[in-house]
Amino acid sequence: MEFFLQQLINGFTLGGIYALIALGYTMVYGIIQLINFAHGEFFAAGGYMGVILLSFFASKGYMQTHPWLCLGGALLLAMLFCAFLAMAVEKVAYKPLRHSTRLAALVSALGMSIFLSNGLMLTQGVYDKPYPSGFAQGGFEFGLITVSYLQITIVLVTIGLLIFLNILVFKTRIGKAMRSTAQDKVMSALVGINSNKIISLTFAIGAGLAAAAGIMVGLYYGSVNYTMGFVPGIKAFAAAVLGGIGNITGAMLGGLIIGMVEIFGAGYISGQYKDVFAFVILISVLYFRPTGIMGENVDDTRV
Amino acid sequence: MAVEPILELRDVHTSYGAIKALKGVSLTVRPGEIVTIIGANGAGKSTTLMAICGIIGLQQGEIYYNGEPIHGQDADLLPPKGLCQVPEGRRIFPRLTVEENLEMGAFFRRDTKAIQQDMAHVFDLFPVLEDRRTQKGGTLSGGEQQMLAIGRALMSRPKLLLLDEPSLGLAPMIVQKIFEIIATINQDGTTILLVEQNANIALQSAQRGYVLETGRITMEDDARKLLDNPRIREAYLGEV
Amino acid sequence: MLWLLGLLWPLMGIHADGTLSFGKAFTVWLYVLAGTIVIVALVILHKQGLLTWAGAPLKMLRAPAAATTARIPTWIWIAIAAAAAFVFPQFADRYGQDVAINVLVYVCLGLGLNIVVGLAGMLDLGYIAFYGVGAYTYALLSVYYQLSFWLSLPVAACTACIAGCIIGYPTLRMRGDYLAIVTLGFGEIVRIILNNWMQLTNGPNGVLGIKAPGLYLPDWSGGFSFEHLYLKKLHYLYYVILLLAIFTILAVRRLNISRIGRAWEAIREDETAAELMGVNTYLLKLLAYAMGAIFAGLAGAFFAARMRFVSPESFTFLESATVLAMVVLGGMGSIPGIILGALALIVLPEMFREFELYRMLCLGGAMVLMMLFRPGGFITAKRLGRRSEDKEG
Repeated sequence: MEFFLQQLINGFTLGGIYALIALGYTMVYGIIQLINFAHGEFFAAGGYMGVILLSFFASKGYMQTHPWLCLGGALLLAMLFCAFLAMAVEKVAYKPLRHSTRLAALVSALGMSIFLSNGLMLTQGVYDKPYPSGFAQGGFEFGLITVSYLQITIVLVTIGLLIFLNILVFKTRIGKAMRSTAQDKVMSALVGINSNKIISLTFAIGAGLAAAAGIMVGLYYGSVNYTMGFVPGIKAFAAAVLGGIGNITGAMLGGLIIGMVEIFGAGYISGQYKDVFAFVILISVLYFRPTGIMGENVDDTRV
Repeated sequence: MAVEPILELRDVHTSYGAIKALKGVSLTVRPGEIVTIIGANGAGKSTTLMAICGIIGLQQGEIYYNGEPIHGQDADLLPPKGLCQVPEGRRIFPRLTVEENLEMGAFFRRDTKAIQQDMAHVFDLFPVLEDRRTQKGGTLSGGEQQMLAIGRALMSRPKLLLLDEPSLGLAPMIVQKIFEIIATINQDGTTILLVEQNANIALQSAQRGYVLETGRITMEDDARKLLDNPRIREAYLGEV
Repeated sequence: MLWLLGLLWPLMGIHADGTLSFGKAFTVWLYVLAGTIVIVALVILHKQGLLTWAGAPLKMLRAPAAATTARIPTWIWIAIAAAAAFVFPQFADRYGQDVAINVLVYVCLGLGLNIVVGLAGMLDLGYIAFYGVGAYTYALLSVYYQLSFWLSLPVAACTACIAGCIIGYPTLRMRGDYLAIVTLGFGEIVRIILNNWMQLTNGPNGVLGIKAPGLYLPDWSGGFSFEHLYLKKLHYLYYVILLLAIFTILAVRRLNISRIGRAWEAIREDETAAELMGVNTYLLKLLAYAMGAIFAGLAGAFFAARMRFVSPESFTFLESATVLAMVVLGGMGSIPGIILGALALIVLPEMFREFELYRMLCLGGAMVLMMLFRPGGFITAKRLGRRSEDKEG
């Protein structure tokens, strides 16, 4: 029983992180029907930015005096950086291909992903970068269950970001523009929406969330690596599909489910095959319910 | 005829790939008029409207709106200037509610109070929309969608309204109603450029008309005269 | 473009103790920056028509060249190419033969993937899994049952084909872009299984002791008998893979111009329309997938026979991406294009060994640039028949 509860807490933490990444996929797919392969790299870049900023703060000694301020600052700066990076990537590699075939855009996205991850490798080295330790150690213990402060922080930040995103998309003018651009770009232009700006903004928001996830993964596991974007990227995409692509609530739910399945699969079935469970879910969902559990939110269902 | 035209196209050329869609279209619309462009399928009527709105780029030619060149401008800059289109097939945002669809029409406006007034005005024109205001746009019937599309365009307080095939796929009763409302909108001071395949009803409601054939304007006259023209009667009104 | 580089700038070297060092990152970005400036400059010059001075002599050369090419029938060119490929090992050293074998393996893989991507228009990112299946099939058959290479070859093709059907069966009903991510996932699953199934595959340590392909030669010394000879010499192996590559080229060519090939192209252009025209899209997509897998399986079996060692390390996503890049850069759907792509992507890294680290970076960048400026690849596929876009309307 303790084991189950512990796994539940771990699954919730991991699921929240997947949900953050999945949102970027789902928003971008919803608006331009493109799988943004480079999204995992935004996540990795966020993790690296976190390492750089936190190490910098640590070396200046701020980490000891104001740890929370440092974390908040690193989070914000990394999110901003990745948002701009995503906008640049969109402008260079995706925007010119918006009217060409799907295959061309997908290949370009894939190329960008390889380019970015190898750029990270070349500049940051092939080895793991450790996160500054001594941050948010300790936690609550209930019998055999431990909830670390770090997990609480991760869950709180994730929930905060998800609420922020929901308000942004469903309550604001910009959110309305995003939803209408996703539904009909020509008509959106005819009512005075600059769809290029909205698409760019969507990329930026998605990448910002991914960057936050990257920092939290770095804190959680203690290090980052240039390949870290690949597997979580696929799993987050699985989460987005599971929830129904284009569907923001669905992506959050999908992320949680994938996280839970992975943790429970690893705990009860086999740790070696933990990466397989997410794919098995993805494939069975696509097979039995291709529109996901929440229904999808895209118009163009053609290949 | 000294009135400055609200819209003027001079020798407009466009193409899709290697296929030329418009081969030198010139036309003028003066303030307060209803002008119609009639023509067969594929003559380039919708292309003309999309070119005016900046969705399709020009290869050659100029477009002036209120004396200002608007060719090459981004499409999203035109609605704030009072140039608004109800496109072919209506293009309602299917997963936004009726109310949200109308709000989208006033997207660039920040005057919340006036927007509320305009929405009330739209509901006066189309009472059925008020009953459906929380329904998703995609669930409306064809006629209701057309009304919503026109209502949405009115929310931007257009000076010049471009209408593309408002009669498309609608029952004759509804078409009659839509054209009555178009006349009302015109009387309230909005200039209208109307594209129609249904030449009869279009020419009856318009003051002037243009005939577009395979990308070229082939005739231009008062709507009445076009209605009486035997060639038009034969080609577009189905009389032998 | 420059904006992008500006944003990448902060990703600089950093040490575990928190000190910053800019040296390494600086060189990396200097290279990238230089490359970008050259490309941007070329594009701008091209747009302004300033490159005509460079293009003009080329064009002048091209006209007579095209005339001569046209005068000599295609089969002569093919014959010359085949002859050159045939005598190659006589003139090349060990290293050259090694590179040539690599090129031919990738030609097989590229052509197989071309069926899936170039003809049927489905993006498959887990293609290397079938290569792995083929390789492991021969490896295990050879080690456990001492089955010969030639007998294992069809078995490897079959298992790869079955793997293709297993993967294709659930995924091919989906939208095209889901397929990309699902195949990516499947590729990973195959690798994870190979890595973790210790009893069968020996996990990450790989399978050792695979036999090279053998040949029975008639032996007249002391009566008539067959002598079994293992083709361990590199140039024998070269001929084996050359044979396989030629077989692949011919098969793909036949498929390309057949009814099935036309149906694949129809599916690529518009699946719904193809379905309405009576094309059984599901079956044909599965067939494309299985055919692609077969060629990968054959190439995989050869790979195992040649290295005499297989491990999951050889079947990572980056390999899939490399093969895809060959297809994309060379020209989707075009056989000479893919051969050229394989040649370029194997030989160029060999020539620029000091830039080894930059290989994947360049590959990714090249994929993006190719899609932006020449989506058809170096040698754009010629399609049968004429279509309306070709002529001036």
